[in-house]
Amino acid sequence: MTAKIATFLVMLAFWVVLSGKLDAFHLTLGVLSSLLIAWFSSDLLFFGGDRRSWVRGTIGLALYLPWLLWEILLATLHVAWVAIHPRMYEVIDPQIIRFKTRLKRPISKVALAQSITLTPGTITVDIDEDEFTVFALTNSAAEGCPGSLEPRVAKALEFD
Amino acid sequence: MIFDIVAAVFIVAGLVFFALGVLGVLRFPDFFSRMHAAGKCDALAAILIILGFMVYVLKDFSGPSLLVALKIFFIAIFIFVASPTATHALVKTALLLGAKPWSRQEWLERRRQK
Repeated sequence: MTAKIATFLVMLAFWVVLSGKLDAFHLTLGVLSSLLIAWFSSDLLFFGGDRRSWVRGTIGLALYLPWLLWEILLATLHVAWVAIHPRMYEVIDPQIIRFKTRLKRPISKVALAQSITLTPGTITVDIDEDEFTVFALTNSAAEGCPGSLEPRVAKALEFD
Repeated sequence: MIFDIVAAVFIVAGLVFFALGVLGVLRFPDFFSRMHAAGKCDALAAILIILGFMVYVLKDFSGPSLLVALKIFFIAIFIFVASPTATHALVKTALLLGAKPWSRQEWLERRRQK
């Protein structure tokens, strides 16, 4: 029930932002369609976990994302430097690395995989149980993976 | 005025990253390293440009302009999720189909033979 109400509120807020019209007709349409969606597919948005873990996860993500943006900026500068390097072939050294993660929850594994792919120089190829396969562009990118990303993700999303 | 300048700085920074990404796509030796330049410089560049748009829209602050800024922000979130997913899918498929990444060892050997 809580999941249905939460889905309804999120959908209604999304409707109001997208429509931008606050008259009775459009709001009624929004309430009706939000109710329909909350009724049929609330388990798609809020699945598993209790209310407390959702609140903690949201706060953790909100603190994690600005730091991730900063990391992306630093890493993009690194790849940009490689791209304009005059003797580029001596700098890049594409390689596939594997490492085991100690993250348990699927959501934090996905968050780590997406973070690795977003930071330039590394692309997550596959996750098999707790083994990550990562494709790295340069030696330094390979060495810095997962680096400080993993404890940060653990702090943001790994609890209970 | 100050909003204009901040917005311009964001948009120009985004364009610079796009240009560097294009340079990377043109210069890198194979599909995989090109994915690095194409998939990720783009994500940051697009988000910087979108931030610039948001600042520009919020110049005359009001209800509707806030709504427009929020809508633009949703695009940024979408890029944030979709871009690494697409990059990951392309690279995984290429590896499954047996494409060989450019190797530095082979390149050094080829150069020695010349």
